[in-house]
Amino acid sequence: MTTESASDQRPAKETQSPDAVSIRFCGDSGDGMQITGGQFANTTAVFGNDFATFPDFPAEIRAPKGTTFGVSGFQVQFSREEIYTPGDKVNALVAMNPAGFRMNIGDVVSGGLIIVNEDEFDKGNLAKCGYEPGYNPLDDPSILRQFKLLKVPMSRLTRESLVDSGMGAKDIDRCRNMFALGIVYWIFERPMDTTIKWFHDYFGQKKNQPEVARANEEALKAGYYFGETTELITVRYSIAPAKHPAGLYRQISGNGATALGMVAATVLTGKQLTYASYPITPATEIMHRLAHVKHFGVKTFQAEDELAAVCAAIGASFAGDLAATGTSGPGLALKSEAIGLAVMMELPLVVINVQRAGPATGMPTKTEQADLFQALWGRPGESPCIVIAPRSPADCFQIVIEAFRMAIRHMCPVIVLSDAYISNGAEPWLIPDIDNIAPIVCEHATEPNADGEFHPYLRNSETLARPWAIPGTAGLEHRIGGLEKTEDTGDVSYDPENHDRMVRSRAEKIARASDAIPSLEVRGPKDGDVLLLGWGGTYGAITTAADSLREMGHRVSSAHLRHLNPFPKNLGEILGQFRKIIIPEINLGQLRVLIRDRFLIDAAGINQMEGRMFSVEDLIEETLRIMPDSGIPVEHQPQTAGKPR
Amino acid sequence: MTDTSLPQYKPQDFATDQDVRWCPGCGDYAVLSAVRKALPDLDVRKEDYVFVSGIGCAARFPYYMNTYGMHSVHGRAPAFATGIKLANPKLEVWLVSGDGDLLSIGGNHTMHAMRRNIDLNIVLLNNRIYGLTKGQYSPTSEFGKITKSTPMGSVDYPINPSNMAVAAGATFIARCLDVDVKMLTDIMKRAASHRGLAFIEVLQDCNIFNHGAWFHASQKDKRDDHTVALEHGKPIIFGRERDKGIRSFHGRLKIVDLGHGFGEDELLIHDECDRGRAYLLAQMAHPDFPEPLGVLHCCPEKPPYDELVHNQIAQAVEKRGKGDFNQLVRDTNTWLIEEDTESCLSLED
Repeated sequence: MTTESASDQRPAKETQSPDAVSIRFCGDSGDGMQITGGQFANTTAVFGNDFATFPDFPAEIRAPKGTTFGVSGFQVQFSREEIYTPGDKVNALVAMNPAGFRMNIGDVVSGGLIIVNEDEFDKGNLAKCGYEPGYNPLDDPSILRQFKLLKVPMSRLTRESLVDSGMGAKDIDRCRNMFALGIVYWIFERPMDTTIKWFHDYFGQKKNQPEVARANEEALKAGYYFGETTELITVRYSIAPAKHPAGLYRQISGNGATALGMVAATVLTGKQLTYASYPITPATEIMHRLAHVKHFGVKTFQAEDELAAVCAAIGASFAGDLAATGTSGPGLALKSEAIGLAVMMELPLVVINVQRAGPATGMPTKTEQADLFQALWGRPGESPCIVIAPRSPADCFQIVIEAFRMAIRHMCPVIVLSDAYISNGAEPWLIPDIDNIAPIVCEHATEPNADGEFHPYLRNSETLARPWAIPGTAGLEHRIGGLEKTEDTGDVSYDPENHDRMVRSRAEKIARASDAIPSLEVRGPKDGDVLLLGWGGTYGAITTAADSLREMGHRVSSAHLRHLNPFPKNLGEILGQFRKIIIPEINLGQLRVLIRDRFLIDAAGINQMEGRMFSVEDLIEETLRIMPDSGIPVEHQPQTAGKPR
Repeated sequence: MTDTSLPQYKPQDFATDQDVRWCPGCGDYAVLSAVRKALPDLDVRKEDYVFVSGIGCAARFPYYMNTYGMHSVHGRAPAFATGIKLANPKLEVWLVSGDGDLLSIGGNHTMHAMRRNIDLNIVLLNNRIYGLTKGQYSPTSEFGKITKSTPMGSVDYPINPSNMAVAAGATFIARCLDVDVKMLTDIMKRAASHRGLAFIEVLQDCNIFNHGAWFHASQKDKRDDHTVALEHGKPIIFGRERDKGIRSFHGRLKIVDLGHGFGEDELLIHDECDRGRAYLLAQMAHPDFPEPLGVLHCCPEKPPYDELVHNQIAQAVEKRGKGDFNQLVRDTNTWLIEEDTESCLSLED
């Protein structure tokens, strides 16, 4: 076991205190990298750092071992300051095999720390991931010059530490990830107790495998003490807890927050929830979570397909439940017709679309924002829906409550555009008190109208919403359906003028929802050269980029839309205060089309479809390139904003 | 059990002010009439009925029933009905739609509603044709059917709806003729009282696009010889002279002439509970066999899906108490940041 680095061996155990560190764990999809990264995030959360995570895994559950397409990764950035992204580049990489090393080395900062399981860097594994015969990157002088490389025979050391565990070789090898985590805990001065407690709760109690819990604890400690005793580690890093507002915190993922938002909605309305869904990456976890909270009156229905899921949700809504369905882009396409029916029948419905890279099956585990047009227009006829989008994992909680509030207030479907990036990512969350969240006003019609009849399509004069009368209510028996309705009575109608009025009423009803949505806020000065306008999961990257640009002295502000249809009422006013509007999106410019159409503004786009989040660095570079008076000669400026780099 | 406060309804209480727009002579009228006749005899309040349909001629049904109703999208009525029962299992949900809607575009949902044994009543109006789109062959049209879309004859083999219902796990399966309003009404009452999914296949005439599709069974002069009315616990006998019976030979059904060496005691005794037998009976079809009518299968023991879902909710509440949100969100690793200090760590559980 040796280590080489560009710098000479330093005196042991120097401690450095950077503001933030980004670390990535990578290995085979069977190496337990998601658990390892998740445990590091848990410990970091409890330690009190601000943090953001980015799990990145292949669609294959167990891709062939050692291949580059089977590499699974989990990135965590943690900081003593407020942060908004998991980081562009990583300061430290833990690579459990050559494939992980090969796929991730390009993202490590120069001078960064790389910890490898050198036992896995044998001839066979090196060949599997495409290295030339005879080449081993661990011996490559250019790698050794550029990075601090820590070669640890993790497989052998884990086996030695668990020789008395009574477990088989295969089970022992499964603990290698915890040996690696132990080393990392030591280097970054993390306590082990949160993870040890988890071993005993999860393996010991839940799975009834106390020997597995003990073995993982042994491996973790062996790694930690290896870090302590080895002469090879010269620097430790200490990142003090962040100064968050006072309160009780936990970590939360986007899908977890989405599920909790639905549970909160049951409490805020006093209603039961029917969540009907069909398994689809990356939305399935919402259903898993909701299946465990039946004591809130939450019913999960795993339907036979996406269509049945949305239809069952609509049926449940008609019968008086809170109703939601969750899916990803391909599933949203299948639900289109039924969502149109909910528009026509004017029933409350929440549709969660955790977007992934498309079209078709695309890249199911990778992120994208290309379903905005589908959410707005992907239905036959004039079929307006409210469309909103969370901006971060924790924001999914608020946005889901907002979705139910709007769906009920306006009697319409609300489509929530989450994405793979925020659904899997996690961040600290100041735990709310349900008693401090405003109740969702939800009234059902109980009496016929003044003439003794019930008028199911008589609209509220303020919101234009129709009444919600549920089966079981005597005297309000009525029929709804997909055929055009007569205003007021709801009877089937083919009257041309009635149809024109109804189409306009349904559109106006959605437009009027803007009366009840908060004004858009600008981060930074209220006017300037550039406004970076975004929506959805790009919030962290855009905010960090805009903040950095201001620190560099540029007149750049940012604003982030959570409401995409209708827009906040002050959006036009805000856009008018900036010389240039730049809209970064992980699509080919869908919000940009809307902004240009609605406000006749020559907005520019920064667009990238790599299945991953923007890097802050790219956003800064591209903004500087596009912004007016950037100092870059015009001929070097892109004619149309394209892919950065 | 009779709810004394339940109003005494009449068939016309279930009529709406909407003009019924089916073609004159359509079999749908008879079904509408039978349903309106059956409901007053059930212990259900008018406001607790929900009629659901998909798309097609038959799917206009809810508009003509003065109850709650939903005319949904093509093929998905079973899924909407499932959602309604999930929200409120006390509602008495009826699903009325056609063979194209429930077996073609909606075949998948029909199958899954059956296997889950959702507590609802499905009335399939089987006229073996697409009517609303003006006469294309349907999944129950006979092989070789000549229609606008199959000028040389259809090369699709048809599906047998009642057989599908047996295979998919429906717990009540019956067949009726549209012209026999008495039997239709009786069957509907039994279906309504059945706990679980009740499936009624109505052999129905489309007098515009498929006139006479079931005449071999429905015409008075042919009915006795070409249909058999199944009665639980009784031997299966048919024919104008009640001189023919159904017998089982090595697991296969055969028609036998009574009196020619066979007595009634050697005939098959209809047993509604016997699912395997129901599968055989459902396969009987003209011209080789009489069309089976009546209740082919009834199994009231299997708990319906919606009931099981609500039982789990009740169990969860009993075990864990009614959900406490503040407790739920704190039931994980948490850390406390206190006012005016750098930050204070504590691992709470």
